[in-house]
Amino acid sequence: MSEFLLGHYGYWLVFVLMALGLYGMVVKRNLVKKLIGMAVLQVAIIMFYVSTAVKWEATIPILDPALGASDPARYISPLQHCLMLTAIVVGVATSGVGYALVVTIWNRYKTLDEGELLERMKDDGDSE
Amino acid sequence: MGILNNSPALPVLILLPAAILIPLAGLVRERLAYHLAVLSTGLAAAVSALNLAKVLEGGAIHYWLGGWFPPIGIEYVLDHLSAFIVLVVNVIAFLVILHSRVLVAREIPAPGKHVPYYAVALLMLCGFNGILVTGDFFNLYVWLEISSLALYGLVAVGGKKSAVAAFRYLIMGTIGASFYLIGLAFLFTSTGTLNMADMKAVFPHIAGQPAAAVGLVLMVVGFGLKMALFPLHGWLPDAYTQAPSSSSALIAPVGTKVAAYVLFRLLFFVFVPEEAGRGLPVAQAVGWLSAAGIIFGSVMAIAQKEMKRMLAYSSIAQIGYIGLGIGLANSFGFIGAVLHVMNHAVMKALLFLTAGHFRMRLGHSRIPELDETARRRMPWTTAAFSVGALSMVGLPPAVGFFSKWYLALGTIDRSNWIFLGVILASSLLNAVYFFRVIERLYLVKSGPKDGESESAVSEAPASMLLPVLLLAAAIIVLGLLNAFVVKGVLQAAVPPGMT
Amino acid sequence: MSPFAPILVSLAAAVLILASGRRANLREAWTLAAAAAKFLLVLALLPPALAGRPAEAVLFELSPGVRFALRADALGVSFALLSSGLWILTSVYSIGYMRGLKEHKQTRYFASFAVCLSSAVGIALSANLLTFIVFYEILTIATYPLVIHKEAPAAVRAGRKYLAYTLTAGVVLIAAAAIVWRAAGSLEFTAGGIGGLAGAGAGTIKALFVLFLAGVGVKASVMPLHGWLPTAMIAPTPVSALLHAVAVVKAGVFGALRVVGFVFGPRLMADHGLNMVLAVFAGATIVLASLLAFKQDNLKRRLAYSTVGHLSYIVLGAALLAPTAYAGAVLHMAFHATMKITLFFCAGAIYVRLHRENISQLDGVGRIMPWTMGAFALGAVGLAGLPPLDGFISKWYLGLGAAEAGRTAAILLLVGSGLLNAGYFFPILQRAFFRPAKEKVEGKGDASPLLVVPLAATAALSLILGLWPDLGARFMTLAKTAAAAVFGGGP
Repeated sequence: MSEFLLGHYGYWLVFVLMALGLYGMVVKRNLVKKLIGMAVLQVAIIMFYVSTAVKWEATIPILDPALGASDPARYISPLQHCLMLTAIVVGVATSGVGYALVVTIWNRYKTLDEGELLERMKDDGDSE
Repeated sequence: MGILNNSPALPVLILLPAAILIPLAGLVRERLAYHLAVLSTGLAAAVSALNLAKVLEGGAIHYWLGGWFPPIGIEYVLDHLSAFIVLVVNVIAFLVILHSRVLVAREIPAPGKHVPYYAVALLMLCGFNGILVTGDFFNLYVWLEISSLALYGLVAVGGKKSAVAAFRYLIMGTIGASFYLIGLAFLFTSTGTLNMADMKAVFPHIAGQPAAAVGLVLMVVGFGLKMALFPLHGWLPDAYTQAPSSSSALIAPVGTKVAAYVLFRLLFFVFVPEEAGRGLPVAQAVGWLSAAGIIFGSVMAIAQKEMKRMLAYSSIAQIGYIGLGIGLANSFGFIGAVLHVMNHAVMKALLFLTAGHFRMRLGHSRIPELDETARRRMPWTTAAFSVGALSMVGLPPAVGFFSKWYLALGTIDRSNWIFLGVILASSLLNAVYFFRVIERLYLVKSGPKDGESESAVSEAPASMLLPVLLLAAAIIVLGLLNAFVVKGVLQAAVPPGMT
Repeated sequence: MSPFAPILVSLAAAVLILASGRRANLREAWTLAAAAAKFLLVLALLPPALAGRPAEAVLFELSPGVRFALRADALGVSFALLSSGLWILTSVYSIGYMRGLKEHKQTRYFASFAVCLSSAVGIALSANLLTFIVFYEILTIATYPLVIHKEAPAAVRAGRKYLAYTLTAGVVLIAAAAIVWRAAGSLEFTAGGIGGLAGAGAGTIKALFVLFLAGVGVKASVMPLHGWLPTAMIAPTPVSALLHAVAVVKAGVFGALRVVGFVFGPRLMADHGLNMVLAVFAGATIVLASLLAFKQDNLKRRLAYSTVGHLSYIVLGAALLAPTAYAGAVLHMAFHATMKITLFFCAGAIYVRLHRENISQLDGVGRIMPWTMGAFALGAVGLAGLPPLDGFISKWYLGLGAAEAGRTAAILLLVGSGLLNAGYFFPILQRAFFRPAKEKVEGKGDASPLLVVPLAATAALSLILGLWPDLGARFMTLAKTAAAAVFGGGP
């Protein structure tokens, strides 16, 4: 049991972060809080990938003349890091679009609370 | 032509630079944006047709980015399935973009937004093409996010409520993409490969592990959300309704189909279990949820008073047909589902475009307020709408009948009478909400007060009518000639080992 | 001579009619020209059908393994001849009726009519179930504008009811065809039954039977699926005449004849007892419809219930599984049409001339409109099954077939319903001829010649065919050929 919990503590931390992020995105009524939750979720995923790249007694994946290039087990896997660079960029872009929408919503409705928004939207027709 | 050796990458290579060039061209003259968009989508459609011809002749085409071979490099693959869907997506996109000039000018009031609109639309299409041709799972995620972000933008330029609809879609879409990414993490960590063909080879070794199952399910749920699989459809009605008509016409026929394509790939080509011909319970779960979605979407559509919202719920039901075909996991189900990708794209594009005509000329698309003014002053639009409606109901020889025919054959092969009943009952439900509109268009007299405003209503301009009439003609022609499509393309696209 | 020609002729006419909407005489000319051309083209298909080498036309595939195909065999040519021939007379009548009442939306009316006739002939000449379904559904949609023609709320409601019934039936038919395809491997109409079906399980066969019964039973107005027909009488009388006495409902019974003879086949029907079930439904319909006809005061509604009853004569004839009965059924399909259309034409003439719809208003009409009521008398006598009209011939064959099959109950049913027919028709004649008119009537003489000539022609036709049943269109030989094919296994 302790092996299950403590031996995989990295995965558990990531899991908690993901759950927090999802909670924020789904349950919170404030739009900005939703976006914060989204950021937390995306970070959690990034952490997950990166954590799978680590190897015992391995160093950063930049060629070290002392170690040479013969044994790949001496360098941690760079692939996940590269993938996550992309994922970070995607996260930034998504946040950018999200916040731009939040600004637009604020300008139109002067509220960022979902419940309040639905109230104020009731009187507008569809795609007017 | 040597360039066609790189053909899987070509649609992307045409659309991406065009998307970047459009803002620049727009600085010179605003009109250029539209022309460039039409040109590039037309070129992409032509290239897709050539690609399909090449695939039919010689089998799947592979393209390796940068010359790196898989499993290390990223590869793009065009096989029968992806070449067919690429062609459908690009042709529909071309017709809708061709149509869009007047609608965009009318429905997006702010003058500075037309040029970026086309750029973003092309980015989205580029993303869709990327999803369709890629053979690498992470590359798929990248294209997915490119197309999704552009999609959120396209939705958000509508009326007052569109920003909220777009935001909701952004939240749910990101959850979906994130689930996909988590699923991919599990699978990548277990197998060490991101290449689809390689994953197919390696997967049997890890098939029993919980990580593999969880990873697969997360990927399917992620794309199920993007596909608006019931009950993950919540974002769709608002997004399709609030988006401007041009955007709805671009997104609705195409967007969810691309997600469905990914499910085809995942469940039938990559993660096929040892028992050849029977889908994982995942596929069957998709089938049952889709059946529920068909009924749900059809019933909700009946309750709607506004035409775009009605078409949105109808789309949920229609996507259900494709999911049903996935759930059947036999060759008729597969053929019916893929044929429906094409059929629904043509029908929905037509319906959303004609709804756009009505909105433009009548000022609204509220069903209880429609009367025969629309038919008398806009006869061609109404006729095209009627053809689309009859096809959705499933009347032969329109194209909509044949997808239901093949799906019905698939359900009989599986002895799944509930699915058969669902398909047939939904035809009748479709008839209810479409005939309601047709009755109003043909039978309800316009009141005396409308006399003066009626003369303001006239038929849509030729640039808008032409694509619409082409789509209407396609509905009949593709219906009559569907066997050519099925025998020529789809039967070859059926995944190996499927009965 | 390609079987496609008659179908295309009226489709082309529909387009031309829509294009010449403003010029009424030109528009009507298209209808008449197309009707004449269509009849002649169908007539050209007659000799090959009788010789046992039916004309065929095979187009592209509609679905892998199933082609869009036409085959003008005896049964098909029989239905095609009757609908295209009667279209000529109905078109003349329509012109008189629509102009007499100054009806609106005439272009839509004539164009829809043309498409309906195209699909009716398409149904008649279909070589397989899928082609049949395509034309069947087109017929459903093409008749809708005709049913709702008046555009009054009652008409719109009738249209909705019509669509609800027929679209549901269409969907059921699609399911049935899909099951046949998977179970038997073929959708081709084969005389004596599709071979592959014999190997299907009993449960599948029974399920298929139920589906087909519902699928064709709606248009064939088998009770309890008949509900749409009396409601649809709200349509203009020429519509009621051709479509509901001749084309739409006849498409239904034609479908029943095809299913019994060319999909299931007599042996399969008998093996599973399906013929008994069908006979029970048909028999019940005959009795109930005849009884319900008594209750109707609206003339067209009484005619509608009479039609429901007579359609089940045809279904019963098929269910008896005897060659003579089948031939009688095919004959009745044509002969009932000539008589019923006469009666509907008369009803319409009365409406145009006197604006009366109810039987209780018909006192003394015989004196005002002698030709009309004379024709009515002929039609009524024929429907009761009395010589020398053609109704007697078809009924005689049905009775012979019932005797052949040893079903005395059916014979009693036929005789009894003949009496009921007399019972609900003869009082109309009695009122018209033997009671004095209640009120003064303006104008003199019968209805306009455009109305009277067609109804006199169909009445005369009923008489001529009653005396020489094989004259002209050779209905008698066609019926016998069709029956021989089904029971002997032939072309």
